[in-house]
Amino acid sequence: MSTSSGSPESWISSFCSLLGHEYFAEVSEEFIEDDFNLTGLQTQVPMYKEALEMILDVEPEDDDDDDDEEEEEDEDVSGDGRDGTTHRAHGERRAHSRMASDLSVIESSAEMLYGLIHQRFICSRAGIQQMSEKYELGHFGICPRMNCNQTRALPVGLSDIPGEDTVKLFCPSCLDVYVPPNSRFQTVDGAFFGRTFGALFLLTFPEYDLSKSGGDSVQNLPRNTDDKALINGIYACNVAPGLGPGKIYEPRIYGFRVSEIARSGPRMQWLRNKPADMAVLNEAVRFAGEVEENVGTDNDDESMNLNNTTGRETTNTSRRRAPAINARLRQQRQNQNASPMTLDTNGAESEL
Amino acid sequence: MDDFVSESDSDYASYWRDWFISSRGNEYFCEIDEDYLTDRFNLTGLNTEVQYYQYALDLVTDVFDLDCDDDMRESIEKSARHLYGLVHARYIVTTRGLAKMLDKYKKADFGKCPRVHCNSHPLLPMGLADMPGSRPVKLYCGRCEDIYNPKSSRHAAIDGAYFGASFHNIIFQVYPALIPTKSAERYVPRVYGFKMHAAAALVRWQNGHFDEMRRRLRKMDVDHGFKKDEPLFIDDRGDDLDLDDEEDDDIAAEMERFEAGRGIVIGGSGEAVDARE
Ligand SMILES: [Zn+2]
Ligand SMILES: [Zn+2]
Repeated sequence: MSTSSGSPESWISSFCSLLGHEYFAEVSEEFIEDDFNLTGLQTQVPMYKEALEMILDVEPEDDDDDDDEEEEEDEDVSGDGRDGTTHRAHGERRAHSRMASDLSVIESSAEMLYGLIHQRFICSRAGIQQMSEKYELGHFGICPRMNCNQTRALPVGLSDIPGEDTVKLFCPSCLDVYVPPNSRFQTVDGAFFGRTFGALFLLTFPEYDLSKSGGDSVQNLPRNTDDKALINGIYACNVAPGLGPGKIYEPRIYGFRVSEIARSGPRMQWLRNKPADMAVLNEAVRFAGEVEENVGTDNDDESMNLNNTTGRETTNTSRRRAPAINARLRQQRQNQNASPMTLDTNGAESEL
Repeated sequence: MDDFVSESDSDYASYWRDWFISSRGNEYFCEIDEDYLTDRFNLTGLNTEVQYYQYALDLVTDVFDLDCDDDMRESIEKSARHLYGLVHARYIVTTRGLAKMLDKYKKADFGKCPRVHCNSHPLLPMGLADMPGSRPVKLYCGRCEDIYNPKSSRHAAIDGAYFGASFHNIIFQVYPALIPTKSAERYVPRVYGFKMHAAAALVRWQNGHFDEMRRRLRKMDVDHGFKKDEPLFIDDRGDDLDLDDEEDDDIAAEMERFEAGRGIVIGGSGEAVDARE
């Protein structure tokens, strides 16, 4: 915590400069001071008010009962030539005014609270902007997968609830998640980044060229290339550039491909596959029924409609519905020509 | 380095090899048997590949006794490491070598797969080519069948030819019990509980291929290696199988008004939960 002389360090910036906290953005005080942004957090951390004060380097209000000794210390601090009452001085004084056990509770509450605010902040306009600067500076590291060409990764949580899992790295090139390479990140709660940030980042900054190596400086996509067709808000060339033909491992022994029929043959190639023509993925095109390539998914839309008519209502009124009779007919047809497993499959896919 | 120089007169211990495999950065190598190294048949062709071949071999087998200057010594040392690596690639596909690498694999000496859904499955070192000097060593995960870069720069500098492009596949053929159970568990990017549209469309497309593969293998009566009939939509930690199905849609689609009647899963979700470990 020893800061070199000069400006006092705020709680937030000292928290963010701790080892293992390299992924964190510095949440602006403005964001924290807006009560709306903290909605619902009061009940999530013990000693909420004190924790919030600690984060904001605010003096606790119940300071009146400070005894004389502390007053003296306070003077000593300001007498040191440090600029008046610094944040750190506040921290020290606060430390004296509380039981040590309280303080450690507040300290850990403050970290928890900061993390939960951080989860929201990095999805705000200011926060995601700050994260994009960190992304450009390579603060989040790179994808460990060979065929991802060391593309920059993003910190994400697999859950929004604290205490469930540690922070992971999401790779926009293979759309998979990885354990950060350094063990110091394995104590950082994934909920402090949350499930939304990774995908929201890609939707917010569609212009980054995701095929570029983290070793190179960040580049935007070239203007006006054929690949710039949009797939539902993402440029086609930016949909998993690390996947697809040529980027899928093919096991070989002495140059001969290991057959799928072999017990040790390939089973996971689908996970790294991608259609050669990304237009196949364009929902608008698919919906018009013009696409043939989507293997095993031809019942997709039907099962969706079926689910909609038999299942729960959704709030979206513009949603297309198939007539109930049609849905039933389709269900019969599916039952006739498909194994129970394929039925599951269809349900499964509509769920995606 | 001093150890083997000062005690190279011993006949019994493998000083150079001990030193080599215990050096930092050489954790991926196993110790090659003396018998293997001294059988000239196993070294066929390497004399043209390795400079100072005979001296290098003497060094590796602890019979080196040339009196030479430091530069020469350094060159021979370098050749010895190269020679050891090239023999290593041949040795690890022998019965003895495979067994030694298997031990190291079980101890996760080669590291663990960084992919979250591989649950720290141990990795195997591999080359992308058998020709020396082409590409550095990579790590293969038998669970996701993909290739990863070593974390440490020390390892990333090792020639992949010292492991070869076949070893990591041969080991699963020789020890079929080693083939990991495959899992279709996977990550799906989301925004506020909604699946990211482009990614979700790709996942659906990939799942179609997965399903087709399983059908194909079943038809040929080949074990597909997945737990029973693992349902397709194994997702990130299964948390989408509960309440947030209600709002299961993708935000990009919402934004673009592609109202394609997105679905809500009804059948099969219960089984999916059970099938996940
Ligand atoms: Zn990747
Ligand atoms: Zn893996």
